Parts: sequence; structure tokens; C-alpha cells
Amino acid sequence: MADRHAPELPDLPEAVSAPKPRWAPQLIWIIPIVAVLAGAWLAAKAILERGPTITISFQTGDGLEAGKTRIKYRDVEIGLVKEIALAPDRKRVVATAELAKDAADSLVEDTRFWAVRPRITASGVSGLGTLLSGPYIAIDPGRKKEARRDFVALDVPPVVTHEDPGRGFVLRADTLGSHDVGVPVYFRRLAVGEVVSRELDRDGQGVSIKIFVRAPYDQYVTANTRFWNASGIDVTLGADGLQVQTESLVSILIGGIAFQALPDAGASPAADANHVFNLFQTREAAMKRPDLAIEHFVLIFKQSVRGLSVGAPVEFRGVNIGEVVRIGAEFDPKSFNFVQPVEVHLYPDRLRARSATGGAALPAPTTPEARLKRAQLFVDKGFRGQLRTGNLLTGQSYIGVDFFPDAPKAKLDPSRLPLEVPTVPSQFEELEASVASIVKKLDKVQYEQIGADVRKVLATLDQTLRSTDVLVKRLDAETTPELNRALDEARKALKTADGALAAESPLQTDLRDALREITRAAASIRVLADYLDRQPQSLLFGKPAEEPK
Amino acid sequence: MTAVTAAQAGLLACHACGLVHRAGHAAHDLDCARCGASLHFRKPDSIARSWALLVAAYVLIIPANLLPVMETGSLFGSEVDTIMSGVIFLWTSGSWPLAVIVFIASIAVPFSKLGALTYLLVSVQRRSTWAPKERTRLYRVLERVGRWSMIDIYVAAILTALVQFGGLMSIKAGPGAIAFGTVVVLTMFAAESFDPRLIWDTTEGKNGR
Repeated sequence: MADRHAPELPDLPEAVSAPKPRWAPQLIWIIPIVAVLAGAWLAAKAILERGPTITISFQTGDGLEAGKTRIKYRDVEIGLVKEIALAPDRKRVVATAELAKDAADSLVEDTRFWAVRPRITASGVSGLGTLLSGPYIAIDPGRKKEARRDFVALDVPPVVTHEDPGRGFVLRADTLGSHDVGVPVYFRRLAVGEVVSRELDRDGQGVSIKIFVRAPYDQYVTANTRFWNASGIDVTLGADGLQVQTESLVSILIGGIAFQALPDAGASPAADANHVFNLFQTREAAMKRPDLAIEHFVLIFKQSVRGLSVGAPVEFRGVNIGEVVRIGAEFDPKSFNFVQPVEVHLYPDRLRARSATGGAALPAPTTPEARLKRAQLFVDKGFRGQLRTGNLLTGQSYIGVDFFPDAPKAKLDPSRLPLEVPTVPSQFEELEASVASIVKKLDKVQYEQIGADVRKVLATLDQTLRSTDVLVKRLDAETTPELNRALDEARKALKTADGALAAESPLQTDLRDALREITRAAASIRVLADYLDRQPQSLLFGKPAEEPK
Repeated sequence: MTAVTAAQAGLLACHACGLVHRAGHAAHDLDCARCGASLHFRKPDSIARSWALLVAAYVLIIPANLLPVMETGSLFGSEVDTIMSGVIFLWTSGSWPLAVIVFIASIAVPFSKLGALTYLLVSVQRRSTWAPKERTRLYRVLERVGRWSMIDIYVAAILTALVQFGGLMSIKAGPGAIAFGTVVVLTMFAAESFDPRLIWDTTEGKNGR
């Protein structure tokens, strides 16, 4: 064993031959085959699941990070931003993102993207979760069919997504008011939609406000629906007094739009999407019955029209039948005087509509002649205009019309249009006149004569008082001592009487003694009477001698 | 001195009990006369086996580097890391030594191991006689270093076990970790299947199969 050289170890055992299956060594190749298969499967999966790559252009890259910023739909991750670069013109940031394969259908013409960041608006706080995680990109899949791969992100989240059921409408207004995007739309004080966008008309003559009304409330928007401005607090200080209108606390803060159908318009089919409506400034204006017939008149006032404003009501016995449309001042060279013509619109329909409920309706005049004739009839009956004070506190005025049978006759001048309705002085003017006449009368009073008379009376009174004083003094000096004396006497007499009646007085003692004697006498008489009762004969025979016992 | 190998002398030892046998007529399919273990001059199918395992490792090293090895979920969103992104993160965040360690252990070593094994196999197959001593040393280094390239797997495994705070933060091992671990194991097996004696057989001018 010391020598390891093989030839010197002849008695080594021979290995046993044990044939083995020839395929066994080839089994090792299963491992790379499995590896290749697994690798191929992974690769195929990666390629097959690879979704579309899109570019989204942003105004700012704030918080966006390549490889980290996700694209989410309904808070489910559907993609990842792979690369962020500046656009060639350096005006925007272009993010290249890879989306999940099944999101490919959503990438169409009107698909919208926007970055979700924390936002604080008057209507709420959103995206707080992104404070820590950084912004993500939200997607609103569109409805169109044309595929698209490059998008421009919205700067602010859309108010309404394509999935929201409902309909959009367009409101036209003169001014925007406080209708920012996202401002609520109210229906019977229920928030049912939002302002989606607003834009100035191309000609700059108005503003178009796009709103979205969510289903099922969109069915209440009909052709008869009126929209009005429910922005904040609507404080109206008119002849009617102070009016405060508001829809909700939120609308006070951020404004709002409200709508409602005209109250007596009856049922009408729902309006089409994107139907154009007018936006009224106030609910009152919106709910005003559409005045079809307008009659134009002018009232000429010789007094100040202070407190009267364009839009002030024209009332007939408290019923609003028109409004002031123009106030002016005219110089009349003939009388060298200024007059204030006030043009008004009267809506005879308002009267007619009311009369239709009960009384006979006035036939509507169709021709100018008929109009003139009827107007002359009214004026003949005393139809006059009058400037009235609606609110003493604010000095707001309105035009009152009524029949004044005592008013001087007036003739309408058909050559001058608009027709002039004669006026009568206002109540305040009348009041002024009465006060003036009172003052005039007061002026006539002879104050000096009255003063002299009063002085005379006073002197007489003085004299009377003085004689009374003398009389009183005399009474004091003469009568009073006499009275005192009489009283003294009376007091003395009373004292004597008092002494006589005292308990220990001699009179009392005498009286008591006398009474005792009488008692005793009475007792004796009773003894005698008893005796006589028993021995009546003793009356005749005298009292027998005492019998000895 | 003239070198005589056991194979040249027609001798072979049992790997299980150490008994030396004479090969006899048949050079293949031998069993130990004492304990019955199979006998061979060289590791059977060494090159084929090594190649097979190496090919598998080559295939799997691709997903190992492309797929995430670690998925970190936290309040601030989730994040996936491949080996290379982890190295880059460490480097950019200033932990250069750590980045270097991870790079060497997880990228340099596995790749160089694959390369070295490939070279050894090719050189043996081409019956290269160049620098057998250095090649043998290379093989020894390969064998020794192999197990240390599992660092990434260890880190992922430990973090996965430790960092589980529900919604706050959690770490999961990604599919890349499995591929990477498989690559390491496969290269270790491949290195083990390789018979370094083959390097020397060629210098003897004899096929030691």
C-alpha cells in the first residue's frame, strides 16, 4: 500500500459491469428546455400584455414622475408614465405612458386625461390622497370610435365625465355673473347639475354657459323651463321693499343657477340635449309671464320724479301691470318749463288674464284706431297716472294708475306717439298742498288779540285769588280762637262726666248700697210671701205665737 | 517526472467507499465491486450536463434582470425594483459602497460566472492546451464564489419577512427573484457538473471520457 504505482497492485478488484439505459444522460437537457419554455412564456406574456403607448401633454409637470406616476381609471391602475419630456416648443410637458392592454379601447378621440392633484375649491376638497402619493393621471374614456394616441390633458378636472348620465344644455346670458365651472345647478333647491364650461360669444355680445343636468333630473328641463341666476344672495331693494333670495348656503358662497318650469305652462316634452335657454337675472324675471302685448305710453310729470327708476312698476290698484322704461326731462319752450316725461310699458294681458277668471274680458283692440278709441274711453272715465311713493324709508317711487272721476277732462293727442296718459298730482303732493293750506290758515289767526285777552283773564284771576287770600287770613284771625275756646269747654265737661262714671266715685258706691238694700227688701218680701202661702189665715188672725217645741 | 493519471493507468476509485478498481475491458457502466456505487473515470456527461445547466441559466438570467425582484407597497404608492434599478437607486442616493457590493454580487458575479463557465467548456471541447493551471484556478474561484451571489435573494427574502405592516408598508419578492435564484442555483450545479480533470486530459493528449 505504500507504493501507489498501479502496476505494483496486480490484485485490484475489477469493476462490475452494469449497463445503464442510454437515454439517462440526456435527461439533463430537460432543464434548459424548461428554462427556455418558461422564458418564452414570460416573454410572450410581456409582449402580449403590452398595452398601447400614448403621449399626454400637460401644462405643467408638477409632481409627475417617470416610472412612478400612474394612470388610473376609477382609482384602478391602468397605466404608468414611462417618460416625461418637454415638448419641442418648450411650452408643455409631454408624458409618455404605457397603458394596460384592455385600456386600448378607451383611447379614442374624445378621451380626456387630467392630473389629479389636491384641490381646494369653494365646493369642496378633492384629491387629498395625492398629497402623499403624488399626483396621478385620471382618464375619462370617450364615446367616439376613432382611435387616438396623443392627448392633451385638461388643466382642471372635468366636472362631468362621459359616464355620468344626464344631458347638457346651453344658457345664454348677457354677463357671466359668478358662474364658475363647477357651480351647482339647482332644481327646487336640489343640486342636480353643474356648470361645465363657459365661454364668451364670438361677437362678444353675450356669454354661453354650458351646464350639465344629471339624470333623472334632466327630464324636468322642458321647453317651458326657465333658468335664472341663483348667485349668492340676491338682495333687491325696490318699491316692494327688501327682498332676499337665495338657493342654498353653497350658492351664497359660489353662486348657482336654478331652473323651474313656468308654473302654469302645463306639461311639455323634455328639452333636447344642448337646447339653448335664456338665463334670467332673477327668479322673478324668469317666472314673469311672457308679456305678449305691450302698450307704450308716456306720462308727463311736472314734479320731481326723484325715486323713480327704470324698471319701477306701474301698478293699478296694487296690481303690477307694467314697468317704467325711460325717464327723461323735456324743455317746453312755450311755457318755459321743464317737464319729466316717463315712458312706460303696460301689459294689458295681465289685466285681461285676471279678468278672464271671472269678469268679462275686454276685447283686445287690433287696429291703432281702436286702441286710440279705447284709450280715450279710459281717459274719459278718469284714467290717470300718478307718481307714488312706494317705500318711505328708501324713497322709491312707482307709477300708480287708477280712475280719478274728479280729474279734469283731457283729450288724447293721436298725432303724438306714444300716447300721453294725463297725470294727476301725487298723494304726497296733495298732502303738501293740505299742509300748506293749514299753515296759511294758521297764519290768519290774530295771535296778538288772543294774547291780550289771555293777559286780561289772567289779571282777573289774579284779583280773585288775592281776595280769597284776604278771606282766608280773616278766618284765621277771628274764628280760630273762638273755636279753641269752645273745644276747651267741651273737654272740661267730658272730664267731669268721666269722673262721675269712674269705679271708685261716690255715685257708684251709693248706687251699689242702694241696690243691696233693695235686694235685701226683696228677700224679706219673698219670706213673707211664703209664709202667707202656708198660713194665709195669719193675714186675718195675725201671726201665732211661737210654738215651743 | 512523468505524470500518470489514474485514468491512464486504467484505475478508478469508488466515490462512495474509496475502493480502487481496475477498469477491465469496459470503460463505461461500471459499478463498485464492494458497495455497488457507480464508477467512472470522469464525471459522466460532464460537458453535456454543464452545457444544459448553463443554457438554462442563460435563458433565465434575462427575466432575472428585467423582472422586478422586489415590490414595495406603501402608503405613498407602490414601487417595483429590478436588480439594476436597485443598484441605480443606491448609487444616486449616495450609498456608493452598497451599490458596488450589490452590483458585484448580483450582476458582475453571475454574468462573469456564466462567461467563465462557457469559456471553460468551450476550451475543453476545443481541446485547448493553453494555460491549464490558470483555468483550473479559475474553476476553483468559480466554485467558491458561486454561493455568494445570492445576496439579492437574501435581502429580498429577509425584507419580505420583516416588512409586513399591512397597508402601511409591505415588501413582496417579485418574479425576478425566482429567476435570479434559479440562475444562481443552476450556475452552481453547472460548475459542479464540470469536471476540472478534463482541462488536464487534453494536455495528456488523451480523451478521458
